[in-house]
Amino acid sequence: MSMGTRDILHFSFAAIIRHPLRAMLVLFAISIGVASIIILTGLGEGARRFVLNEFSSLGTNLLIVLPGKSETGGAMSIMSGATTRDLTLQDTSSLQRHHQIKRVAPIIFGAAEASWQQRSREVSIIGSTSELLSLRHWSLSQGSFLPHGDMTRASAICVIGQKVASELFSQSNPVGKKIRIGDRRFRVIGVLASEGKSIDIDTQSIIIIPVASAQNLFNTPALFRILVETRSRESQEQVKQFIIDTIKTRHQGEEDITIVSQDALLGTFDQILTALTLTITGIAAISLTVAGILIMNIMLITVSQRTAEIGLLKALGASRHQIQIIFIADAILLSITGAALGLLLGQGGNLLIHQFLPTLDNSAPGWAIVGAFVVSICTGLLFGAMPARRAANLNPIQSLVRH
Amino acid sequence: MIELQNINRIFQVGDQQVHALKDINLTIQNGEYLSIMGPSGSGKSTLLNIIGMLDQPDSGSYHLQGKEVTHLSDNKQSIIRSSEIGFIFQFFHLLPRLTAAENIALPMMLAGIPHTERKERTDEILQRLDLTQRAHHKPEQLSGGQRQRVAIGRATIMRPKVLLADEPTGNLDRHAGHEVVKILEQLNQRGITLIVVTHDPELGERAHRKIEFIDGAINIDTGTKQA
Repeated sequence: MSMGTRDILHFSFAAIIRHPLRAMLVLFAISIGVASIIILTGLGEGARRFVLNEFSSLGTNLLIVLPGKSETGGAMSIMSGATTRDLTLQDTSSLQRHHQIKRVAPIIFGAAEASWQQRSREVSIIGSTSELLSLRHWSLSQGSFLPHGDMTRASAICVIGQKVASELFSQSNPVGKKIRIGDRRFRVIGVLASEGKSIDIDTQSIIIIPVASAQNLFNTPALFRILVETRSRESQEQVKQFIIDTIKTRHQGEEDITIVSQDALLGTFDQILTALTLTITGIAAISLTVAGILIMNIMLITVSQRTAEIGLLKALGASRHQIQIIFIADAILLSITGAALGLLLGQGGNLLIHQFLPTLDNSAPGWAIVGAFVVSICTGLLFGAMPARRAANLNPIQSLVRH
Repeated sequence: MIELQNINRIFQVGDQQVHALKDINLTIQNGEYLSIMGPSGSGKSTLLNIIGMLDQPDSGSYHLQGKEVTHLSDNKQSIIRSSEIGFIFQFFHLLPRLTAAENIALPMMLAGIPHTERKERTDEILQRLDLTQRAHHKPEQLSGGQRQRVAIGRATIMRPKVLLADEPTGNLDRHAGHEVVKILEQLNQRGITLIVVTHDPELGERAHRKIEFIDGAINIDTGTKQA
């Protein structure tokens, strides 16, 4: 003996809409649970994507060479008497030999006052070479970048960020003008396109000058870092070893550099942010459990209010199994509807948040949407099962006689 | 045929045992018209519940149409309840959210009978009970007599051989009650076994066989006599 699915759903639906307030409560609880999962995972994923995106804006297949060996035992290098040698332009040139290395850019970093006519401001100065532009995936809005050529030759030219341009020149065209940086004069040859903030520097408020000019300006031959772009991701380990070996030979057998790979950085952040997303998803899942308990409560009330009906259905030939199915169908119908409402609510919430934070791609990941749905239906099943079993085990006569 | 042998039913009420049915032996032939009377608590409703398989005896055997049914699984019992037995209650027990037609069709829905057949059989019964005009009304829009007629429709839609009526007129005025009794007796004339539990002597007297219960035992049984 079996009831059709359509009949069961129709029967349950009629029972549910007879108590709209009760149905609304359950729907509300479930939909808030589902919506919070979708919104929170959306935010978590958005944050993750944002950070990863920022990291990839550093460039691709990037290795960053820093002076000094940073190990767990940082003090050991002092104890063993090893001294840190500066990274130099000669070191940079020596790296260009490897066939797996695509680009190398030395970096000197400092700050100086830049001025034009009466305006001046404190600016971050980057000394580098022509390679920097493509290595960092930057682009220009005007003029040209540092020219190719001998990196040891200083020349009085500079490329300025968008904000520097507008602050020093306001409306006038900066290209070709001479600005003062520190105690020297530089001719502006280009303006960087406005790309907003990169994760490490604000490209809008920097000035880029040839690396040799920066050495003169800051009166030091030491490089801040050397950026190395490899031809492929696979060759990174090989290139890393090559860099260590080469620099070691050049530094009298002392291994006094640290190489950070972009992948390692990315991986760490990816892990941290994934863990964060999972944590807030877990918190949201708790609210679904609370919704489940509410379902159970309301279902138990329903069972006690529908005892006469249960007794009657038994008298009319419903088996224990059928009664159970009817009551579980109630719970599932409510949880599916609640989940669907929650999905709408969550996606709507995500859209709304996106309006306020346009840079954040906070769309909920597919697994969260499917997961929220599955969890809410399971919640309905799980918390609907107990009241349903209670309903099925009700003694039919007692429930009938009571009226 | 209903055959009850040495049926006992004991209820635990607090720390007291109530012997609701004491060694009941009763045989009811197919097509009989039987009334069960007696004071409240005499065990007549318990007997009706056991015959209807809504309750299990503590001991004894119950053969329905020659088949022992007391030890059947819940599922098998529900199939027999569905196909062999119709119930009519004093308080109708219609589902308020369903229309008259849907209430009548409910046992067919539980039995998984397809839609088209359900519709046909429901229409036929509605017509026979003079309820066609009321088919799509909810119970609250129906009079007491109409409600009980819907309940009769529901009890007979599966074409059972036995109809169990617990105070079928107890909640109706004289006129409506009389009409309901007439319908039940017509069903009996067409071969259905009609068992009526009642306080009402006038209703009880109409049955061809009268049983009186006192203290969980049969006091009087006028026996089977063909009308």
